[in-house]
Amino acid sequence: MTDGTVDGMAAPLLRVRGLAKHYPVRRGLFGRAAGSVRAVHDVSFDLAAGETLGLVGESGCGKTTTGRAVLRLIEPTAGQVTFDGADVRALGARDLRKLRRHMQLVFQDPFSSLNPRMTVGATVREGLTIHRLAEGAAADRRVRELLDEVGLRPEYAARYPHEFSGGQRQRVGIARALAVEPKLIVCDEPVSALDVSVQAQVVNLLVDLQRRRGLSYLFIAHDLSVVEHMADRVAVMYLGKIVELATSRALYAEPLMPYTQALLSAIPVARPGARRQRIVLQGDVPSPANPPTGCVFHPRCFHPAKDAACARLDPPLEEKAPGHWAACLKQAPTAVDWAAQQAAGGTRPPERFLPVLGTAPVATGAAS
Amino acid sequence: MPIPARLPPAAPAAYTTAVPPALSVQDLRTYFHTAAGVARSVDGVSFDVDAGETLGVVGESGCGKSVTALSILRLIRPPGRIEAGSQILFEGQDLLALPERELRRVRGNRVAMIFQEPMTALNPVFTVGDQIAEVPRVHERAGRRQAWDRAVAMLEAVGIPDPARRAREYPHQLSGGMRQRVMIAMALVMNPAVVIADEPTTALDVTIQAQVLELLADMQRRLGTALVLITHDLGVVAEVARRVVVMYAGEVVETATVAELFSTPQHPYTEGLLAAIPRLGERRETLATIPGSVPPATAWPAGCRFRDRCPYAWERCAEEHPPLYEIAPAGDGAGRRARCHLAAEPARRAGRHLPLAAAR
Repeated sequence: MTDGTVDGMAAPLLRVRGLAKHYPVRRGLFGRAAGSVRAVHDVSFDLAAGETLGLVGESGCGKTTTGRAVLRLIEPTAGQVTFDGADVRALGARDLRKLRRHMQLVFQDPFSSLNPRMTVGATVREGLTIHRLAEGAAADRRVRELLDEVGLRPEYAARYPHEFSGGQRQRVGIARALAVEPKLIVCDEPVSALDVSVQAQVVNLLVDLQRRRGLSYLFIAHDLSVVEHMADRVAVMYLGKIVELATSRALYAEPLMPYTQALLSAIPVARPGARRQRIVLQGDVPSPANPPTGCVFHPRCFHPAKDAACARLDPPLEEKAPGHWAACLKQAPTAVDWAAQQAAGGTRPPERFLPVLGTAPVATGAAS
Repeated sequence: MPIPARLPPAAPAAYTTAVPPALSVQDLRTYFHTAAGVARSVDGVSFDVDAGETLGVVGESGCGKSVTALSILRLIRPPGRIEAGSQILFEGQDLLALPERELRRVRGNRVAMIFQEPMTALNPVFTVGDQIAEVPRVHERAGRRQAWDRAVAMLEAVGIPDPARRAREYPHQLSGGMRQRVMIAMALVMNPAVVIADEPTTALDVTIQAQVLELLADMQRRLGTALVLITHDLGVVAEVARRVVVMYAGEVVETATVAELFSTPQHPYTEGLLAAIPRLGERRETLATIPGSVPPATAWPAGCRFRDRCPYAWERCAEEHPPLYEIAPAGDGAGRRARCHLAAEPARRAGRHLPLAAAR
């Protein structure tokens, strides 16, 4: 993926290359750096105009950090972020603020992400004022239009956040993001805090807005069923890295990384009697302050060909099938050839390891 | 120490046709008397749990499911109050009528609880071993050494590696999944007849949730415990429970076996809920939604509480509060019920329309 073209995308709206965010761990009286937590490590992806890229993974995998580092709400440690042709990391404060108009964020918690002392009208209007998009009566009219667009009554502009339910507050958050007419919205778990019935309303609204306005979404979520519904392509993160990236259809039908297979099989499905084989991963996710050597997933991996090479060699994210990227030495084809794997202590050659179904992966240790 | 196997209770010869439920909640009303008015959070809830079964209680925020759980063990604090007339029948006595002293012999011993957030439910200044050992020390006056050994054995039984070392650790030293295992160990150490688990896996990641659900099912099989699983996640219910109680606005609106509930939901709320969840492998253009939101507990509407959000509602729904209609006779103890007038007028199902709440 370092060659810069993914899916033949000539000029994506957002291009991220080798993004990293490391936090120093300080110890002792003088706070000497005694190592670092690799929250995000070498993350690369493209996002086309009008596309939704899902970013999934469990807590601590770095998905939120990635979303914020892209917007430079967190300053990345390394890597390149190109948005609409501009090198985001090279921008000064002034230019960055101008660019932010085109990249917005919708937060997870609609209870803490709205200022309780501002009416929702003032909240939505703030962006218009800062970016000098409208003022006076024109701004009032725009606020009413925006509220209407997200499914709230225009007269709600005079109310305060506490007068709204969670779903309504999330709509306000979306209206605030839309006010500045962005091209990209980073949605950080936008429906996780909502009840099922309300969640569906907000998901439908986001899909609808995308169609009407041609928005791109970086959709961060831990709920894989919601992501399947929303995303064109999905990136799976584990311990700060993207371990698999594919179209939504391919990822759910034919996950190549053992981790993705386990993740999909672990989701409880609201379909009683649909017995399926479940991969229950043993143990917890290792600490990002002390990540495993080689493949980050190898201590919990159940791929039948897992061997000593997995513990030593860092698997590159490579294209295993057209448009389907995965970081796994044992999933053929791989540039880390068999001779190199043997040199690192490998005893089992790479092999195709496919689950029967996206949600019904093969049992663990079927072959050994 | 091995987990003692619970023998199925020997049914008295004369009563073999009707085994009494392990726990019976009858007309439970828990109201919060606040300055803003009386919040009728739980408003006449009844259900039974049979010995050894898993009963799912589902509903969205504010439906009263957690308050129901807390009420069973009388863990409601003022301004909350369990109203007169409510009954929680367990082993031949009404838990709500017991003096506090006697209730303490039941709570954590015969009926135990697992909370959602293990970080707040565990005491941060005691080791997890001490916290588990405290339970048999209190309930059985077990000796220090013996109680400790049981705690370590329980930690091993819930799948914590190196239990003797982990028992000496504090909650903050454990991961979220391990803390929830500790909670389960604490709940099961006395081998209770009934365990109430309030969103036991909601705070956990999906792969850890799978571990914990598997553990709960396994422990339940081995110990024959009745499990009341309270959750908002219909996926969890579909995989774990045998029977389901659906709650809405402080009331039970539907009871059914899991298979029945998912194949032929009777209450429009259940129907809407099932249509609204995105399911893996079933991508749809748009998700069905339930318009509007749950009304506040201080002002339940008269008539049917779901009326404004319901695509079938008609005049009767505004005038008459629907009873819990019996849909199918109680066969194997799984009586099917729904709190909807459609049970009396099934032809109304043809009259689907835009709910009142959709016309904002």
